[in-house]
Amino acid sequence: MRKLFALMMSCIIVFSVGCSSNAGGDQAAPNGTANEPVSGGIVRTTMPSEPDNLDPYLSAASDTDAVMNNVFEGLMRFDENGEILPQLATSYTISDDSLTYTFDIRTDVTFHNGDPMTIEDVLYSYKTLAGLNGMEILSSKFKLVKAIEKVDEDTLTFTLSEPSSAFLSTLVEPVVPADYMQQSSSPVGTGPFTFKSYVPGQKIVLDRNDTYYDTNRMAKIDQIEFRIMTDENSILMALKSGDLDIAQVLSMSVPALEKDFNITSFPQNMVQIFALNLDKKPFDDVRVRQAINYAIDKDLIIEGVVGGYGTKLYTNASPVMSFWYNDLSQNEPYPYNVEKAKALLAEAGYKDGFETTIKVPSNYQTHVDTAQVLADMLSKVGITLNIELIEWGQWLETVYTGGNYDTTLVGLSGKLEPHEVFLRYESTYPKNFYHLRSPEYDAILEQAITETDAPKRAALYKQAQQFLADEAVAVYIMDPHLILASKPNLKGYTPYPAPYFDATKLFYVGE
Amino acid sequence: MSFYLKKLLSLVITLFLISIVTFGVFQILPGDPAAIILGPDADPLQLEALRQSMNQDAPLLTRYTDWLGNALTGDLGESFRFHMPVSDLLLSRIPVTTSLALITLIFTLLIGLPLGLFIASHKGPLGKVISALSQLGIAIPSFWMGILLVLLFAVTLGLLPSSGYVAFADNPIGWLKSLLLPGLSIALGTCAVLIRYLKTAMLDELPKQYVQTARGKGLSEKMVVRKHIFKNALIPTVTILGMLVIDILGGSIITENVFNIPGLGNLIITAINSRDLPLIQALVLYLGTIVVVFNFIVDMLYSVIDPRIRVKGDN
Repeated sequence: MRKLFALMMSCIIVFSVGCSSNAGGDQAAPNGTANEPVSGGIVRTTMPSEPDNLDPYLSAASDTDAVMNNVFEGLMRFDENGEILPQLATSYTISDDSLTYTFDIRTDVTFHNGDPMTIEDVLYSYKTLAGLNGMEILSSKFKLVKAIEKVDEDTLTFTLSEPSSAFLSTLVEPVVPADYMQQSSSPVGTGPFTFKSYVPGQKIVLDRNDTYYDTNRMAKIDQIEFRIMTDENSILMALKSGDLDIAQVLSMSVPALEKDFNITSFPQNMVQIFALNLDKKPFDDVRVRQAINYAIDKDLIIEGVVGGYGTKLYTNASPVMSFWYNDLSQNEPYPYNVEKAKALLAEAGYKDGFETTIKVPSNYQTHVDTAQVLADMLSKVGITLNIELIEWGQWLETVYTGGNYDTTLVGLSGKLEPHEVFLRYESTYPKNFYHLRSPEYDAILEQAITETDAPKRAALYKQAQQFLADEAVAVYIMDPHLILASKPNLKGYTPYPAPYFDATKLFYVGE
Repeated sequence: MSFYLKKLLSLVITLFLISIVTFGVFQILPGDPAAIILGPDADPLQLEALRQSMNQDAPLLTRYTDWLGNALTGDLGESFRFHMPVSDLLLSRIPVTTSLALITLIFTLLIGLPLGLFIASHKGPLGKVISALSQLGIAIPSFWMGILLVLLFAVTLGLLPSSGYVAFADNPIGWLKSLLLPGLSIALGTCAVLIRYLKTAMLDELPKQYVQTARGKGLSEKMVVRKHIFKNALIPTVTILGMLVIDILGGSIITENVFNIPGLGNLIITAINSRDLPLIQALVLYLGTIVVVFNFIVDMLYSVIDPRIRVKGDN
């Protein structure tokens, strides 16, 4: 019997080693001369969660967007600076009353299923989103669209019920083939990549669209694979063994990777917020909120929690959105100052501090670590911060939707459209979990949404940022950077201020 | 015959009870599945549409009886998270976890049985070393073992993939390679358990009289161990093996996550995190069935191994 075991054992070992010629470190890149771009190749990267829905109209998760923006396109698109440009439209005009938008569409576009994109598809797509097809409205961003009408075979108009400076950016929503009902299982768009497969729990695979109409955005690689991976150790191992070509990693993995990989990092237009519930005492007192702001050393958090991979913030905006970002770094509203914090607390009647609780979503290690540092910093001004870890689903329900908390810590992803960011503080916004109710702030936003002059509008959003800083509505800590490790011969990764892993710009160079 | 009927009836009752408990627990658990799936950036209209598609507004009892009625006709409903029939999801995941269980079981037996036999009959220093190592095998968590194995076989030697799964139908060699490391990382723990059980069971048999008799007949020590002691030590061994198999077939949540294997363990995490009730219900039923069925198989094996058990049962 023992001989039999030994035999089987050695069989397995020989078999597995013998067949290992193409295991692990297989080369995805095509060969070529050193440092010269070569076309083709497969890129394998990761995505951190299962897609919520492949149908773009039913999906809202940013991880899904980052992948599927390679497949779908709208009349407009955003570029790496967050600027809104025509994509499926060739040009557009806006009427003097800012209520009618007229678009000319491209006529050389085909869907991935081979059908040409016609004006009927565009009409169908946006009418579906706006609920003008006799169905329920799908996106509240389209609520102000009163009518969508065909002018001729390549022109259409949108009529709005009131002027909105945010309208153009809503047309980033994609155009899909009319009456095509299988988007959830086999998505069809017009983009530079076609959908190949989705294996739940494993990966999404996209192929280059060889008949893509826009030569400027034609993909260079043949295929991109997004592997659904959540475990940081697994990602690290997969990179090291050559099973991944490029991947987002945590700062703690950088030392293990920097020898063999190119490490790049970018602010990702996210705001890490230490939110204080304005409905609860003592956070209704602006002096208490300011004291807490003074008591927190953001530089130390950035250094200690994310290894320096973060951009310090002063208000609810990341410098990535340069056009409307209010740069307060020269005149920092609340530089770290324990004495000032204590003085303000004493003034507010909390000379001996107080005790409060922070609810932290337990699945985000960065926030959990930050909370520990916060507790330590606040203890120096007499505030006892009890950390309560809660599960993400519970956080969404009790804190985000229910607004039931004392303080919390979360990272909210920024938007291309400033209105969508600052809307979160409006009195009437259902998920205003900060509980800011300020007529002054609401008036600024009201003015901004109807202002069509871009610089004036930007000035208003800068005013909104100043307001949030002055009122110390929350502690805006940092924009945690997106850290990427890529093989040295894979180039061209381009960060965007919105969820988009742009696979068109990636290319390999010969080694 | 009535024996089998009884077993079947107990299976049905068990499944019914766990389905009620799971359903009940999910009503208490905070968290809105639609909000979790769509995330904080969800449009209120999208949220509303998704909630409606989940039919969450109906009264509790109606929802349960609807689910039960459908389940009895074989329709397990549609997953909230994956927007596809739950039965399709299970059918795509069960082969993955079963494959992993098979590889793990082979490793466990290949390593565990000979080593267990060896340390039971060899009291020398080597036996002590193996015994100590098996203690270590139990103590090391399988995910950590997995990371170590990946470091050696995937990163340093480049022989095996670090993660992922290849279906048998696509590429049988790739299938085996994708399962060797996760299988081994679980097996090193389970075979350590097996070694210790086997050793204890065999040492329990040693002082018994039939062993003396066998030796007295002039049988070689090898024959005594193999034909007599081992056979009698099999009963507790099969019990523990049954439990190990149930454990592996239920999907090893952490190992599947570390190796990115799309099996049931991986699915269980996603289902719980996104409050995917139809999927959870089906998974729990599957797990319950596995437990009951395997306990039944183990019971059957007893009577194969030791005919006396069968005789007792017949009386």
